[in-house]
Amino acid sequence: MEEIWNGILRAIELIVTLNPEVMEITARSLIISFTAATLAAAIDIPLGGLIELRVFRGKRALVDLIQTLYGLPTVTVGLLVFLLLSRSGPFGSLELLYTPTGMVIGQMILISPILIGLTISALRGVSPHIRDTAISLGANEGQVIRTIIKEARFAVVAAVLIGFGRALSEVGVAMMIGGNIRDYTRVLTTSIALQTSMGNLETSMALGIILIGISMILNLSLSRFQGR
Amino acid sequence: MAFLEIRDLGKSYGQAQILKDINLGVEKGEILGLIGPTGSGKSTLLRLIDLLEEPSRGTIILEGRAVSGRPEKERIAARRRMAMVFQKPVMFKSNVLENVTFGLMVRGEGQAEQRKEKARAALQAVGLSGYESRDANTLSGGEMQRIALARAIVLEPELLLLDEPTANLDPRSASAIDSLLQSLAGGRTAVILATHNMMQCRKLADRVAVLVEGRITALGRSEDILGQEKRSGTSGWKVPGSDLPW
Repeated sequence: MEEIWNGILRAIELIVTLNPEVMEITARSLIISFTAATLAAAIDIPLGGLIELRVFRGKRALVDLIQTLYGLPTVTVGLLVFLLLSRSGPFGSLELLYTPTGMVIGQMILISPILIGLTISALRGVSPHIRDTAISLGANEGQVIRTIIKEARFAVVAAVLIGFGRALSEVGVAMMIGGNIRDYTRVLTTSIALQTSMGNLETSMALGIILIGISMILNLSLSRFQGR
Repeated sequence: MAFLEIRDLGKSYGQAQILKDINLGVEKGEILGLIGPTGSGKSTLLRLIDLLEEPSRGTIILEGRAVSGRPEKERIAARRRMAMVFQKPVMFKSNVLENVTFGLMVRGEGQAEQRKEKARAALQAVGLSGYESRDANTLSGGEMQRIALARAIVLEPELLLLDEPTANLDPRSASAIDSLLQSLAGGRTAVILATHNMMQCRKLADRVAVLVEGRITALGRSEDILGQEKRSGTSGWKVPGSDLPW
């Protein structure tokens, strides 16, 4: 118990004194996960719109599959992306393994089912009359999708925040693709795993408290958006 | 050849035949009244003309060119010559001005300021000047109906489709809208007005089509069709081809 209490005190000290290593790891985590969430959103929100608004054979099976992939194990995605980016893999020549870019790609793949699936759910909440009205006023398919996404904007932003939270808190992709290289690919989750295995519980707890703090801010933002 | 021609049009949903063998023509500057009881297929017919749905049979022809059953690009081009006011209009989650400029924006007409000017003029025409910055979804049903009308007339459509446009309005507002619609008569716009309101139809329509159970049972000059009306007890009007008073 004393160890935990000391850990909390040390954690507070590291945070209050803005410990350079802790701050750097935190900033790197935020940048990588924010980039992954933003790029994934740019692709997945329109894709979700297309899937929801188009009528095609196998649509229901596709939506079921996307929803099944919400809980995709992070180590499985890590392994898949590792095989793709490793030297002998199809994209080995790009030399993205053990780089922040590789981590971004891995996290994008990880959170895409969530973003696409939640976008589809958000758009289903928009009255079909909105779609008819937009089409009737002369909107083309792209304009209709944009209009409906705008109508569901709070739910769509909530989906992006959920995706960002998932990217920030995952450890499998960050460890397998990033390699936990100090000053380069080390992020909050991989650092917590490393510090714990080394017995540095205070640092580990400081990073854990920061991660929980960010998650709380995300959840508060999410509640605010979902309440609209 | 009429501006809008409908030939042998039919629409089915599964086994249910909603529209059967519809043949109609509408000229520019003409107001065609479409009357019929609830469930007779008036709204479905307007949705087919607006190309929101594909007919099961028959053809919709706009100025000599078939527009139904065509690729989406051609359907959009045809739709951009029309505007429709739905029976229960919905508003986009934005202010009144953005709602009214929406159609102009997606059609790529004019600069932002020109679009706003046109929208203000349309709002004035429907008696809603000063409503520009109001949240469109907080307005009353009648106000929404008038905004929907402004959203349609601002497009200066060649074909205006109106589905019970004054159903939610008080008599004074309805009368103002009727005057606005009358001002369109003789111009470049063909109007199809679906309504329950015989008085409105008689006042506005040049010709009237009576739709009963998905079939046109009478079509002719307004005075010829509605002149045959007679009271059926206290239950409402009766029109040719219909045993259903409403």
